[in-house]
Amino acid sequence: MNQQVSPLKKTLLYAFLFIGVIISVFPFYWMFVGATNPSGEIFKVPPNFLPGDYGWENFKNLNENVGIIRVMGNSLFITLTFTAISAIICTAAGYAFAKFKFKGRNAIFFMLLVAIMIPYHVTLIPLFEIFGNVGWLNTFQAVILPQVAYPFAIFLMRQNMQSIPDSLLEAARVDGAGEFHIFFRIVLPVMRPALAAVAIFLFMFQWNNFIWPLVVLQSQEMYTLPVALSSLVGMSRIDYGQVMMGTTLSTLPIMIFFLLLQKQFISGILGGSVKE
Amino acid sequence: MSQPNAEQMANANHEKNKQPSKKPGPFSQKPKSRKKWITPKTVPYLFILPAVTFFLIFTVYPVISSLLLSFQTRAGSGYEFVGLDNYIRLFRDTLFYKALGNTFLILLIQVPIQLFLAVVIAVALNSQLVKMKSFFRVAFFMPAITALVASSIIFMIILDENYGLANYVLSLFGIEAIAWLSDPFWAKVALMAAITWRWTGYNMVIFLAGLQNIPGSLYEAAEMDGAGKVRQFFYITVPQLKPIFLFTFVLSTIGTLQLFDEPYILTQGGPNNATLTITLYLYQNGFRYFDFGYASAIAYVLVLIIGVLSWAQMKWAGEDK
Repeated sequence: MNQQVSPLKKTLLYAFLFIGVIISVFPFYWMFVGATNPSGEIFKVPPNFLPGDYGWENFKNLNENVGIIRVMGNSLFITLTFTAISAIICTAAGYAFAKFKFKGRNAIFFMLLVAIMIPYHVTLIPLFEIFGNVGWLNTFQAVILPQVAYPFAIFLMRQNMQSIPDSLLEAARVDGAGEFHIFFRIVLPVMRPALAAVAIFLFMFQWNNFIWPLVVLQSQEMYTLPVALSSLVGMSRIDYGQVMMGTTLSTLPIMIFFLLLQKQFISGILGGSVKE
Repeated sequence: MSQPNAEQMANANHEKNKQPSKKPGPFSQKPKSRKKWITPKTVPYLFILPAVTFFLIFTVYPVISSLLLSFQTRAGSGYEFVGLDNYIRLFRDTLFYKALGNTFLILLIQVPIQLFLAVVIAVALNSQLVKMKSFFRVAFFMPAITALVASSIIFMIILDENYGLANYVLSLFGIEAIAWLSDPFWAKVALMAAITWRWTGYNMVIFLAGLQNIPGSLYEAAEMDGAGKVRQFFYITVPQLKPIFLFTFVLSTIGTLQLFDEPYILTQGGPNNATLTITLYLYQNGFRYFDFGYASAIAYVLVLIIGVLSWAQMKWAGEDK
């Protein structure tokens, strides 16, 4: 199907796409420029479009101001713990829903699907009260626990688990393998790509999560990156160099991760959405 | 804690099975195994147990508790049942109507723009003329991976009224500075722009995946019949993408109704509540005024709206089939 296309059409198509790319990517570049320049430089007229060498100063000031090293550590700890717990329990549940017939399966699964629709915000106040009652406000476990049974992750794992042939599981059972042995030694290795995609989805959710940590974390040394950033912007005198350094530090790790693993990122987000 | 209990159960069963019985249960088949409580019948329940337990504690219980709370109000140190008072107050609350209006305005304007842009970019990227497809896909998707807080802060700085980059660029074309974040009209525009920037690439990727599932033979047939690209788009691409449109539309609707991070950072709901959203109003009542009963009523109106809209969208999609 090689058709003749006018060069003009082709040029227009590329121009359209490149303008879109610039709009998508430029704010990130502007963020790096801001992070490496003193506050005043960001608002200069005409603007300075080149990265400077003030990044280290911004980082030091930011660390004095909000303890950014500790904040990053908090975010990393919370996100990794959440991802590990959630990935394992959602995978186990997805496996059961896909590969076993049991009483109540459809009813429980339907409940999870409904939960995907219910806004998370409905649970904020009761959750705040629950954690207040057990004295867990301002703790890491309060940030981590509420969403570990992530309905969408369970749903995605179930979709993916359906591709495992039953004969594989049957063969293992005939060989006398226990059910947990089958799960850890056969199902998980076979499902590694799907598991990676779901883990990335969970990681991103928690790394970027804002409203619940904002509600439950009360002291600066417990803050996660988004909460610390929002506290910076709320100050009466904003040092924009610091703010840009903060946004860079919250965005850069996930961006590098994304560039390395973009296929898994995208398939994690697409999930079974396109299948009929 | 569940480990010893399970062990005990297993032992108990073991004892039972030692005694002669007419009908050997599944436990008697492998008397030596320590994990006899893992039977084909119990296994699926063991696999879903952790997820279901967490789900019951942290989702089902709060959802029900929140409903009950919406009929109560704080009295002294406890709560008092007040029936529909919170809801009645809500229906008389002009600020709530404002939040509702703002949210629906964004829904009606921003969501169609975003989905239209997403589908146009997806079709352009899907064209056989375009090389470097994965470069474009990655670049367009990039905004979708950033934290909403981070992207809102970058927009806040770019849209600064006096020194922001946006106004500088406009000044190059001789356009006067716009009060992006302090004028009620422009603040809404700014908010919508920030949301569009964040989510267009995300939807584009979903459309792209959908486009790749359309059989090429459809286009070849249309080509033979002499249909141009525009006709092909409206007579093949759009109808074939209908399920994807529905999916992205439902997702965007739910997302917009829950809009919080962007207005919280970008404008704090201002100026003069022009960017106050339902969820921001819920947050303010809950965690600024600690009026938990009233905030729960707002939450339930939100649940109701999402429920009705989702149902309507599904029904509308189902009727055509």
